[in-house]
Formats: sequence, structure tokens, C-alpha cells
Amino acid sequence: MNKWENNKAWFFLIPVLIFVCFSAIIPLMTVVNYSVQDILAPGKTVFVGTEWYRIMLRDPRLHEALWRQFLFSGLVLLIEMPLGVLIALAMPKKGWGVSFCLVTLALPLLIPWNTIGTIWMIFVRPDIGLFGAAINEWLGIAFDHTRKPLDAWITLMFMEVWHWTPLVALLAYAGLRAIPEVYYQAAKIDGASSWATFLYIQLPKMRGVLTIALLLRFMDSFLIYAEPFVLTGGGPGNATTFLSIYLVKLATGQFDVGPAGAFSLIYFLIILVLCFIFYQVLQNVGKGAKT
Amino acid sequence: MARIEFNEVAHSYLKNPKGDADYALKRIHNAWEDGGAYALLGPSGCGKTTLLNIISGLVNPSKGKVLYDGREVAGLSPEKRNIAQVFQFPVLYDTMTVFDNLAFPLRNRGTAKAEVEKRVREVAEILDLTHFLNQRAAGLAADAKQKISLGRGLVRSNVAAILFDEPLTVIDPHLKWHLRRKLKEIHEQLKLTLIYVTHDQVEALTFADKVVVMYEGEIVQTGTPEDLFENPEHTFVGYFIGSPGMNFLPCKIDGNMARIDGAKIPLDEKTAVMARNVREKLELGIRPMYLEVTPFAVENGVPVQIVLIEDQGSHKIVSVKLAGQLVRAVVPEDKPVPEGKAWIVFPQQKIKLFADKRLLKSEGATL
Repeated sequence: MNKWENNKAWFFLIPVLIFVCFSAIIPLMTVVNYSVQDILAPGKTVFVGTEWYRIMLRDPRLHEALWRQFLFSGLVLLIEMPLGVLIALAMPKKGWGVSFCLVTLALPLLIPWNTIGTIWMIFVRPDIGLFGAAINEWLGIAFDHTRKPLDAWITLMFMEVWHWTPLVALLAYAGLRAIPEVYYQAAKIDGASSWATFLYIQLPKMRGVLTIALLLRFMDSFLIYAEPFVLTGGGPGNATTFLSIYLVKLATGQFDVGPAGAFSLIYFLIILVLCFIFYQVLQNVGKGAKT
Repeated sequence: MARIEFNEVAHSYLKNPKGDADYALKRIHNAWEDGGAYALLGPSGCGKTTLLNIISGLVNPSKGKVLYDGREVAGLSPEKRNIAQVFQFPVLYDTMTVFDNLAFPLRNRGTAKAEVEKRVREVAEILDLTHFLNQRAAGLAADAKQKISLGRGLVRSNVAAILFDEPLTVIDPHLKWHLRRKLKEIHEQLKLTLIYVTHDQVEALTFADKVVVMYEGEIVQTGTPEDLFENPEHTFVGYFIGSPGMNFLPCKIDGNMARIDGAKIPLDEKTAVMARNVREKLELGIRPMYLEVTPFAVENGVPVQIVLIEDQGSHKIVSVKLAGQLVRAVVPEDKPVPEGKAWIVFPQQKIKLFADKRLLKSEGATL
């Protein structure tokens, strides 16, 4: 009995293969193709092997952008994850307040990303923005996100936290609501404090949704483009030039598609590896035998 | 340890309960003596769990008082009442080891380390959990998990009572028997007040000294297993206890006879006299095992039609038709059962009469 001979079932996979080819494999291969060539003029290309990779890996501007990116994503996660969980814990459990909170929380998530950048750009403008003008004129603090790197970062962090903490909160709230009442009853019987209840019941039960929240927030913040591009255009100087902004400058600003291709693949690998590590750590923390 | 008393307690989950139907518990007046092993028996939805949660303080009753040793405990948290409760499904602290799970109720109360260690080891010993102690609780089988939940209930030595809410639902049948015996042993050793909720009559009857039968939010009878079997005070008890349940036949009294449609069943003098004054709907109840089935006409025998014979291995359940009513009788395995026509005999001392579902008692009063 040989199952391989007449098995034509794999033909059913063809539509998926075609779809994945167009959605992922062909674009990715195009990038791979660019990354190993020097394109001098249309039709005039030279194969350069790993040269672009070597150059990009040593590029100090890429290093700066990468550290900036890590700092940004790290801060985003440090603020948004605990804040989102706190909001979820504080939300009402029943009544009209639930729908009210859910809708209010979801509002920032419905706004297109470049619109978010525009809203905040106007909001913090020192001359006419509600926030910018208010703290400049009434509080006397000289705040200008277009000139001071720190101010640009503060604005960006506020914007990112305002935009995305609701996602973490909504996921955490869903996780909290899924905990059966009997766990809370058992905790009461066992005399657990609310902190112990949080630590030993709520947090472990939210592990799944928080993993998803963490991965989504990490990926999205690591890929951030539209908001800083609209808000500061990567400035002042290079203060908010994150990886994606630098990449776009290389690829479409200077048309260095070779280095940009190499950069893209390095960028892609970093995200892939980090997500894998996060996922593995979160799935395995607090599991298995403790010996 | 404590004597737990319910003083006219009623509970409704609705904000503005109107009729009786809105109450999950209707006027419970009962006492659980210190050190007793009680079972709360009743079908799903009869209010058992509500009653248990009122005892432990997870639910505050709409009406009435709950007393512990005569002291009212209204508004006191479960922790203050010092109650242990085990739930239907295992509740574990996933991230902790088995040891930490068992130690949790003690540590929350600031028990000394050496005492925690000692108590946890004792309880683990009783429940055969000793060699799991250093494992994470999350990865264990369902029965081990439930044993941990039980263990958390048993680990405190000074609890007022331990409440079990159908704790063996998720356990395999052979382990059920084993764990039930463990609980009984623990009860005999420690003399704790145990209240055990179940809808399984076998579980209730084997576990408890006293069984409290609940039906539609009311306690219909409290008694020893034998009481419940021999003298059910409510038709529900007769129907629910015993397998198959008691037979109930609507009847009218005619002299010293109970008339069931066309058939006449002789009663003893006392029962007949009591029944004559009753205005409510009368039912005659008899346990299937007390009915005698004979293939020929005998004195006081009632002719019946055999409908179905179910062989249970150790005995046979014979369903017969008596003047339009279905009656079940238990016949010993070795006794031949006639086919078609037969006669059944109702032993007079085993016949119970129920007026409006309540047992007619010889004191003369209808309950």
C-alpha cells in the first residue's frame, strides 16, 4: 500500500499556495533580489553578493535607529501593558457603564494612523495647539516638539499610549471577564487579599490574552511609521528617526534599493526572532515542574 | 467548629421578588449541629448551592438570619466566618506548586511556617498527594486537582464547617468511592461539621449521618437514610430516594379500602380512619421492593397486567398496569415472574398515604 501513488489531494492546496505567493513570497523574493544587486540603471545590474548586508550592518545611522527603536518599543510596552491591565481592572463589570467604557476605549483605535499623527501635530503646536499653547503660555514651560528631541519623544509617547493602550485594556478586560466566578469565591474562602487574588488568579488567567497584546504591541510599535512621520518627519535632527522612517528614506528618498532591501530583511529577521522569544518565554513562564 | 442555624431564611436573586416562584430559597428553618456529617440532597436547581453559599457568606440572604453558635453572622465575609468550601470543579492556583496551593489558606492567615509545613504534609498524606507536593498544580489530572481543592478545605484545623458543593462530579467512579470514604474517615477523626451537597442519592446516603432533602427551594425532610427510605414525609422524597422510586397512586377512601380507579386495596384500621377525614388529594405510596407479585389470585391480591420486565442482574424490576396506573415492583432474581396476568399484594404496614403530597401521620394531624 503506497499512499503517495494516487494521492491528488494536495491539488487542493494550490489556491492557498498561489495566494501566499502573491501576498508574501513574491514580494519578499523581490526584496531578496534587490538586496544582492547593485542597480546602476534600469537593466544595468551587477551582482554584489552580501556586500549590501555587510555595509548596512556597519551603518552607524542604522545602529542609532535600531537603538532608538528598541528604546521606543521598550517604553511603549512598559507603559501600555500595566496601564492597560489597570484600566481593565478598574472597568465596571455590569450595567450601562460596560458599553460606555468599551466604546470610549475603542474610539482611538478607529482613527486612521496618519490622522492620529495630524491630530496630535496640531494638538501640541506651541502657537495654536490646545495642549502646546496651554503649557507654553499658561504654565510657562517652553515646549516645542519640532525643536527639542525630548519634547518630540514625550509627544510621541503620549500619542502612542493614547492610541494603543485601549487595545491592551480591551484584551485584558476580555481575559478578566472569562475568569469563572468560582475562582473569586475560592479566593474569598481561602482568605486571599485582593493583591494575592490579582497575582495568583487574575494575572495567570490573563496570560493568553496578555501574550497576544504584548506581541501585537511589540510588532506594531517596532514597525511604527505613519505617526512619527506626520508628527515630526523623523526630527528634530534624527531624534525620532525609527527604523521604518530610515528605511523609507533609503528606499524612496535616495532610491538605494539594494541597501534598503538588505535593511528590510535584517529588520524582518529582528522582529521574527524577538516575537519568537517573547512567545516562548510567555508560554513557558510558570509552567512545567518546579524542581 | 460551630452549630449553624437558619432562622426563616429566604433568598431571591431578583431585586424585587414578587411571588413564591421568584425565590430560589423559600423559608428555610433548620439547624446543623456541631460535628455532624450532613448531606444536602436534591435535584439540580432546587437551591442547594444557594443554601451553601448563604452558609459560607458568599451570598447574603434576602430575608432571615444565619446564626453560628447563636451569634448572627450577617454581612461577615467567608474569611471571618472561618468556613472552608470545596466547589464542584477544581479551583487551583495554576502558577503555584501543590504544596503552595495547600498552604495558601494558611499563609493568608499568617500561620507560622512550621505549622504550615506540618498541616500541609498531614493533609497531603490523607489525600495521597505527598509525591506531587513539589509539582505545579496545573499539569495534574482532574482527580488530583480536585483532591487539591479538597485539601485546601481540610488544611485549616479550626474551621467552623467544611462545605462541599458536589465535589466529586469530575471524579472517576472508583475514585469517588475512595474519596468519599476518605471524607468519612476525616470526619470521624476530626469531628468537623461537614455539609455535603449532592444530587446523587447514593453519595448522600453513604456519606451522611443525616440527609436533608431539598425540593423547589424548600427542605422537605431531614432524617437518617433509613428514615428517608421508610418514612418519606413528602412524595418527592419517596420518588427521589430509592431506585426505582416509590409508587404513587391517586386514591379515594372507601371504608377500610383505598380505591384506585376500579381496584380496591385494603388498609389497616388506623390509616383508614386518618384518611377518612382528609379533604385534600390523596395518594397511596408504596416502595417497589415491598410489593409482592404472584402468578395466581391470592387473598387481598389486586389483578394487574405485566407490561415490562427489566432484569438488573441482582433483581428484576417489573412494571405492571393496575387499573390504568403504572406500578413498579422489585422482584428477587430467583423468583419467576409470570407473563401477562398477575396479582400484586400491598403489605398493609408498608402502605403510606399522602395528602397533598405530605405524609399522613398517625398523630392524626395532616402535615
